[in-house]
Amino acid sequence: MSLENFLVVAAIIFAIGLYGAITKQNAIAVLMSLELMFNAVNISAVAMSRYIVPVSIAQNPQTGADQAVQFLLTGQVFTVFIITVAAAEVALGLAIVLSIFRQRASIFVSDAAELKN
Amino acid sequence: MSAFDLYLLAPELSLAALALVLVLVDLVVRNKTVLPVLAVLGLTVPLIFSLILWFDLSSGDTMQMHGMFNTLVVDKFSLFFKFLLIAAAGIVILSSTDYVQKFARFQAEYYALVLFATTGMMLLASTTELITIYISLELTALPIAALAAFMRDGRSTESGMKFLVLSAISSAVLLYGMVIVYGYTGTTSLPQIAEQIGNLSLLGGSPFGSNALLFGIVLMIAGFGFKVASVPFQMWAPDVYEGSPTPVTAFLSVASKAAGFAVILRVFYGAFPADMLSLDWSATFAVLSALSMTIGNLVAVRQDNIKRLMGYSTIAHAGYILVGLAAVTARTPGAESIGPSGVLFYLGGFAATNLAAFSVIIAISNRINSDRIDDYAGMARRAPVLATVLTLSMISLTGIPPAVGFWAKIYLFSAAIEANLEWLVVIGVVNSVISAYYYLRVVKAMFLSEPTSEERVAFGLPMQLAVALGFIGTLIFGIYPTPLLNLARTAAGALLS
Repeated sequence: MSLENFLVVAAIIFAIGLYGAITKQNAIAVLMSLELMFNAVNISAVAMSRYIVPVSIAQNPQTGADQAVQFLLTGQVFTVFIITVAAAEVALGLAIVLSIFRQRASIFVSDAAELKN
Repeated sequence: MSAFDLYLLAPELSLAALALVLVLVDLVVRNKTVLPVLAVLGLTVPLIFSLILWFDLSSGDTMQMHGMFNTLVVDKFSLFFKFLLIAAAGIVILSSTDYVQKFARFQAEYYALVLFATTGMMLLASTTELITIYISLELTALPIAALAAFMRDGRSTESGMKFLVLSAISSAVLLYGMVIVYGYTGTTSLPQIAEQIGNLSLLGGSPFGSNALLFGIVLMIAGFGFKVASVPFQMWAPDVYEGSPTPVTAFLSVASKAAGFAVILRVFYGAFPADMLSLDWSATFAVLSALSMTIGNLVAVRQDNIKRLMGYSTIAHAGYILVGLAAVTARTPGAESIGPSGVLFYLGGFAATNLAAFSVIIAISNRINSDRIDDYAGMARRAPVLATVLTLSMISLTGIPPAVGFWAKIYLFSAAIEANLEWLVVIGVVNSVISAYYYLRVVKAMFLSEPTSEERVAFGLPMQLAVALGFIGTLIFGIYPTPLLNLARTAAGALLS
């Protein structure tokens, strides 16, 4: 398995998520598509952190060992933060969807289209 | 984490603490008018901490202080934005009070959300690391989405949902860009990214070829472009501006935009110095700038709702500010500092002007319950003070003396000329002329049309303070811009050092 495999999968998932977020009518499905986009980024971040060692460190393995660990872990830490924030984002999104549902008895995005030119 | 870190973070920590205190006070106090007073008085604490940090920097030898494992930097650039954001938050809270008192519940939560969003923006101006930038961005975006949906009626929830979904999409795009940059350089710290890019281009070998880096940078520009509402990432702005509670619109158009430009300057100067890259990101900003100015102004011409008009006007102003970013990187000797300091000066002047305009709009719409420009007819007779202030703001937004907007535009456009971007200046000037049409239409409605009713528009003390602060800022800096200009120059100097 090379890095390219992971990155291609991530790119495909990201594209599916973006397509869904733009075209889906159901507000819940929009939130699910957003989650797909964030998870595609997570896959890239973890894959990068597994495979990439900066050139400057790779050429200098003695002094670079500690630094390499720090570089490698960054991607995983990034992922943990993305998961946390995405959860908060979806929680707020659901709260707003709920209040839209109370207003209009519908969670279809096309029903919430009062504001336009 | 040491005591020194706490000292560097003191403005943000005290601001977040103030938000929590407000929520707690709300539980025990029956008289809710205490809340805005407490909020505005409490804002002096982060202000004092920022001033202490400023004088500490002025007296010491160092230009910047690093903390929190090198994710945080306190320099005069970040402190400039802290002053600006604290002032904007204060004026927004003052102008919210009449509006918020109509709420039966959740008054403290409203102020607390404003303060939390301000905390995120202040962090945004002083982070030098991609993960921290992302967290601060979300700390800004989530409270604003909640505020936009705060009224929980049809229009407000719709604007909250639109803001949340589009901001999440843009965050995902931004994150994808950040991860690619991380993959290319192996680090998320901005100075180290710059260093690695230097190493890689020296060594010639790179994991993906420099196209990957280009792709990452373009995605990051798209993500940040959303935050500052520049074309082609502007679709959310008019809808969210129209549907949100008006004080939230004011907050969004001033504070959120300033923080967005702060982080753009920080990232693109910190991580991607122009002389190291073969690609020239200033050209991208020049194109975005021309598009934002033109589309923002042309669409604004046919608006009849003043909040929507201000929404498109903000898009156009994002375009003017991007002129400064485009001028930055054009490699003309001597022109380096004009670009960023022009951006900072413009943001300061724009904040004063727009807050004055929005305070007036809030005061009027509280009274007449309408945002239609036709309903502003004869406002000069019904509310002479408000009409005068709004007129000065409109003059300032157009860029006519004696208001601060004039100097801001002159300064930015001269930076662009220094950077050999004459075509962009021509587009900017043509756009200023177009914008005069719709700004002055508001003035015409207020002064030349017959009033629909003779009822006076009265407003309370906090609102008077907000209007006065915005007015004084617009006029004083319009007549005597030197102090603000020097401040902007100092701050930009700290960024470039």
